[in-house]
Amino acid sequence: MGKTPEELYQEREKRFNDAIQLKVPDRVPIAPHFIFFGAKYGGLNCQEAMYDYDRLAETTRKTVVDFDLDVYMNPSYLVSLGPMMEILGERQFKWPGHGVSVDSTYQYVEKEYMTADEYDAFLNDPTDYILRTYIPRVLGALEPLKMLPNIPGASYFVGLLILLPMAFAMEPVAQALEALARAGQESLKMLSRLEAFDKEMAALGFPSMLGSYGWAPFDCIGDHFRGTTGIMLDMYERPDKLLAAMDKLTPAIIGTAVGLVQQSGIPRCFIPLHKGLDGFMSPQQFDTFYWPTLKKVILALIDQNIVPIVLWEGDCTSRLETIVDIPKGKAIYFFESTDMHRAKEVLGGQVCIMGLMPSWLLCTGSPQDVRDYCKRLIDVVGKGGGYILNGGVGIPDEAKPENVKAMVDFTKEYGVYK
Amino acid sequence: MPQDFASILGDLKKQETLEITQKWLASGKDPMAILNDARRGIEIVGQRFTSGEYFLPDLIYSGEILKQVTEMVAPELKGAAKVKKLGKVVLGTVAYDIHNIGLNMVDFMLDTFGFEVYNLGVDVPAEKFVEKIKTTGAPIVGLSGFLTLSFNSMKETVDAIKAAGLRDKVKIMIGGAQMNDDIRKYAGADAFGRDAVAAVSLVKQWIGGT
Repeated sequence: MGKTPEELYQEREKRFNDAIQLKVPDRVPIAPHFIFFGAKYGGLNCQEAMYDYDRLAETTRKTVVDFDLDVYMNPSYLVSLGPMMEILGERQFKWPGHGVSVDSTYQYVEKEYMTADEYDAFLNDPTDYILRTYIPRVLGALEPLKMLPNIPGASYFVGLLILLPMAFAMEPVAQALEALARAGQESLKMLSRLEAFDKEMAALGFPSMLGSYGWAPFDCIGDHFRGTTGIMLDMYERPDKLLAAMDKLTPAIIGTAVGLVQQSGIPRCFIPLHKGLDGFMSPQQFDTFYWPTLKKVILALIDQNIVPIVLWEGDCTSRLETIVDIPKGKAIYFFESTDMHRAKEVLGGQVCIMGLMPSWLLCTGSPQDVRDYCKRLIDVVGKGGGYILNGGVGIPDEAKPENVKAMVDFTKEYGVYK
Repeated sequence: MPQDFASILGDLKKQETLEITQKWLASGKDPMAILNDARRGIEIVGQRFTSGEYFLPDLIYSGEILKQVTEMVAPELKGAAKVKKLGKVVLGTVAYDIHNIGLNMVDFMLDTFGFEVYNLGVDVPAEKFVEKIKTTGAPIVGLSGFLTLSFNSMKETVDAIKAAGLRDKVKIMIGGAQMNDDIRKYAGADAFGRDAVAAVSLVKQWIGGT
């Protein structure tokens, strides 16, 4: 007698939550997170995936159902961006048909989007800086917003009654607002498709992994404002300003993440990390620049009963003793190539571990290679619970479907706790 | 005895390094000698990076210091004898990938250590690598890649070099976040390097060994 979708949903959700709470589940949960893999598996190229919300949903459903995953990640937040990018004239990315091939993922254009001498403007009034300098720089269609008056200056009658409304009468500003409204319509359409999809999947018995996004403040400044080289020089040349800018952004990052949870109703927040890994900075720089504000974000989410799913890209073995210092059984640390033995040794009994299946193996290995590696992961990291199987940074776009199948099927068979 | 110039730069003391450069230029010191000393400083940085004392930001900061020293010295270098380069290296990020931080670090380190670098930039199709190997006669090729989609681009680039009959004339090294020895085998390259300092060691080993 088969289980109902409702029973399956409860069973899968419990398995996932047991792992997070460091209880021993019935078996190791298998929750492969993917971005373009599902679309490609379903026959779409990256361009189609980024523009067609319905077909992305269809291919995602096909992937989740065919591979019979425990928990899925709705890829729309990270994929359904094409129409908005196009309408807004996004300049920080190259995306399929706009600078990279239709078969390629979108890619970030590494650059200083905020110059070093603009820290003071940012610190003085981040909203004014972002509205009138940063947004006009990174979104071509919104470039005219630089014509807006100084916003705090609109707090008394000359500003409020004359300068502020006058700015909106200017043709370029009106066009920018029109583009913004059109992008907003697309964004609403995308979000309503996304929410409907999560409901459809729940009805089929599949829980969604996450409903919110957060960032390490260091990455936010480094990725989006100062660039990798820029922020690394800032650690030497203007450390106080960098620290102050991260402090300014931290509450905003927390607020957005909490807001997204309220909107989606899924109390799990994905925090992908980029620049704190081993080699990218010394342990001392990590303790000074990276960890304090990231920890604030993690603790604030836990405090609101949100599970942070923190993706530690690369090898973070030297960070383990520092990052273990968070409340027990309340978060997931998602690792790419951190040493599995050390991770289990240091974090086991404190933080649930996810990931660690190497990307290159899923792309270029054989199903047997994948099964062998899964066995090691389940034996070492899965021991006594607290482990969720997933690719190192999820399932790579180029993974071989037979390898993903081997990973899922083997985990279901071998990962049972007796 | 006061600390020498190379070790001051090696300690990443930017202000002091620039002050000494200024003083030396004012006193008429040979600009080439200043640059040679600065390169020894970067060598110290490279050693400390390899031993785990320094990290990526330190490497980037040393590059910034060297850049400023070079800018100060440059006007005095006009007409100075051209430095003999140690050997040629063709570099690029493979097709479909536009990441360039690692690529530019390798370029900077190889250039600092006296190699002639032909940096083809990002998203470089296989044919462009082949063409550059032919026109420069470079015996070493460095392929950079960050995304998983670069695994296949690397393999295709090596295959194209093979098809052009150049495989036995060049040593090929790969690098980038996800690279390892398995991807090296998959792509058919000769070596993989974990970072820019490793790239310099490989190039030195190959150029010295031929």
